[in-house]
Amino acid sequence: MTENDKASSRPTVADRGASVAIAVDHLVKVYKQTRAVDDISFSLPRGSITGLLGGNGAGKTTTIAMIMGLVLPTSGRVQVLGHRMPEESAAVLGRMNFESPYVDMPMRLTVRQNLTIFGKLYAVKDLSDRIAELADDLDLTDFIDRANGKLSAGQKTRVALAKALINQPELLLLDEPTASLDPDTADWVRGHLERYRRDNDATILLASHNMLEVERLCDRVIIMKRGRIEDDDTPEAIMARYNRATLEEVFLDVARGRVNGAKEAAR
Amino acid sequence: MTELSLHRGISAHRIGAMILRYWYLLLSSWPRLLELLYWPALQVITWGFIQYYIAENASFFARAGGTLIGAVILWDILFRGQLGFSISFLEEMWARNLGNLMMSPLRPIEFLLSLTVMSLIRLAIGIVPMTLLALFLFHFNVYALGLPLIAFFCNLIFTSWSVGIFVSGLVLRHGLGAESIVWTLMFAIMPLACIYYPVSVLPVWLQHVAWALPPTYVFEGMRALLSENTFRIDLMLDALAINAVLLVASFWAFLALLRSAKKHGSLLSGGE
Repeated sequence: MTENDKASSRPTVADRGASVAIAVDHLVKVYKQTRAVDDISFSLPRGSITGLLGGNGAGKTTTIAMIMGLVLPTSGRVQVLGHRMPEESAAVLGRMNFESPYVDMPMRLTVRQNLTIFGKLYAVKDLSDRIAELADDLDLTDFIDRANGKLSAGQKTRVALAKALINQPELLLLDEPTASLDPDTADWVRGHLERYRRDNDATILLASHNMLEVERLCDRVIIMKRGRIEDDDTPEAIMARYNRATLEEVFLDVARGRVNGAKEAAR
Repeated sequence: MTELSLHRGISAHRIGAMILRYWYLLLSSWPRLLELLYWPALQVITWGFIQYYIAENASFFARAGGTLIGAVILWDILFRGQLGFSISFLEEMWARNLGNLMMSPLRPIEFLLSLTVMSLIRLAIGIVPMTLLALFLFHFNVYALGLPLIAFFCNLIFTSWSVGIFVSGLVLRHGLGAESIVWTLMFAIMPLACIYYPVSVLPVWLQHVAWALPPTYVFEGMRALLSENTFRIDLMLDALAINAVLLVASFWAFLALLRSAKKHGSLLSGGE
């Protein structure tokens, strides 16, 4: 199913219902000669986990950055939790959060100091209790008074996740949340995200190269290629459509341009 | 971080959070603290001895004791005030933390206000020991200038913030490749601000340019105070008016550069 095939069935920005967490409508981003994002539309219901898949340069990070308001679209509209971005970002930034490999927590500050600062920025009530709760949930207690720069990659990821959850966001944007983690820690992070979504009815948009992660976590997958949406459905439906047993095989079909052949074989 | 809307409330707790962030950073690193003390101390000692030598050999400086060392101290207020502002900003770039801040509810005006407070804190750490050194080594008491010192200080710190806001916007837009501007821009106005010599030394056409810079009024005012014992309040008010224009212009430029950074995707790269 192509972007155009699905466009008519997708809710647009006009759909301001409380059930929509993110609505992206004909979004375009052009950098000089490059169309990084090329007329994409989708909407995410509240409480869902959606995976944004695609190879390097597919437009995932730019799409997430436009949803966050860090990048201005060339054209098109983004609505987050019922508010237009970036114009009304003040109304929603306190209700969302993110984690990305493109940013770090300050290295010289301890974990507790970092969480205290971000807790204050997000006006978290009973901040000490919230930090203690996160330290317990994410197993930070042993190193909470250690400088962030002295932590292992797995510990830093857990701290970044704690920062992303400090304000109990309704919407969580995650760019490669388990990149560079060992399988055990990555699995542990995935389990925590699942619990967080379940307990808080939170919406999660997740960009990842890890297909197993996406299969396990996501209710829905949006596959991007060269700035466009190549496919958009549940993981099971997409695998069935491509006649593949795993999303990784689907990903390779899309990345290597075997899309039509695979779909026809499935038919 | 949203585009600025002045009609929305500014949050003291978010500004406080950012000040706390820089305070933790200062306390966590002794080289950072030492750097604040080292250069001002070195400056005042070097120029203090030069002044001693000149005072024994030149009639003007003999009359206007402290002119040179006073100029050094006031120049450092201007330069360190801007560095104190800009380095706190650069810390976010170096730490790759800007994206976290931009995505938080922190607004540009709150971010900039926290940087102005940190500029004062960093300046106090560097300048107070410098003035004490000047007092004990060279018997120059800058605090004896009295109320005019407050006027000098305010005008210099306002200029330093204007420059700090503008160069921070440039780094935001162009990444750390523009970092050198932070360290060098103030030196570009140094000859025109007439720190160590009167404006009349400049060619007439250049004097017009010099009078467009608030520090020029401060250094002229300092010389008038030390050599003629006259406080030129007219100079201070002129400087204040130009500073008001510069602060508004630099803030506008910062917002324009922030918007340009978002348009060009610079906030995602942040590097060179």
